[in-house]
Amino acid sequence: MNNTQIILTAEPLNIQSCIDWVMSPESGGIDVFIGTVRNATKGKAVSKLNFEAYEPMAISEMEKIAQKAFDKWPVQKVLIHHRTGVLQVGEVPVVIAVSAAHRDAAFDACRYIIDTLKQTVPIWKKEAFEDGDVWVAAHP
Amino acid sequence: MKINVLAFGVAKEIFGSSLVSLELTNDATVSNLQYMLEQQYPRLKQLASYMIAVNNEYALSGDTIHERDEIAIIPPVSGG
Repeated sequence: MNNTQIILTAEPLNIQSCIDWVMSPESGGIDVFIGTVRNATKGKAVSKLNFEAYEPMAISEMEKIAQKAFDKWPVQKVLIHHRTGVLQVGEVPVVIAVSAAHRDAAFDACRYIIDTLKQTVPIWKKEAFEDGDVWVAAHP
Repeated sequence: MKINVLAFGVAKEIFGSSLVSLELTNDATVSNLQYMLEQQYPRLKQLASYMIAVNNEYALSGDTIHERDEIAIIPPVSGG
């Protein structure tokens, strides 16, 4: 699919190249979501996050989400890049970029992609607190 | 039949390994597998939830498991 780019990588994400990849002469707008590592959770300081993925399934679930976005909205290109490994505060674990002829489709699809990714893609993060590490959302 | 179960995230810590081997009957379902895993690793029951994936797809509890399927335990995901 030359209108979709899905990458799972241990290397830093390049936001500008993500934007460049979805840009096309037919596009009237690009919507970009950039996830960043926050320095706290519920008031407790977080020093870093460790991301782990079930790689083949994570890729296939991200492909499904991208396909669903094309089915639901008139978007032109969809890009999803996600990091694995240890990320420090301020680093970027995820970039979603969507281009479309008109902005409504780009905004809606981008929102749908990040929301669904967080629900279905088998990637896990562990937060490092001063007093120990915790897998996010593992326990009620 | 012998099957291997891949584990990720908190499940890897509960198993103490990223791969465990189990002996299942030939017509075993996903829910049979879950029961067996929970008997051996009771801490699984403390998770908010967890899913079983078969060959890189989320499986339903009634799905049958076959020898050589790639089985994985998927604790609550938290990417993004």
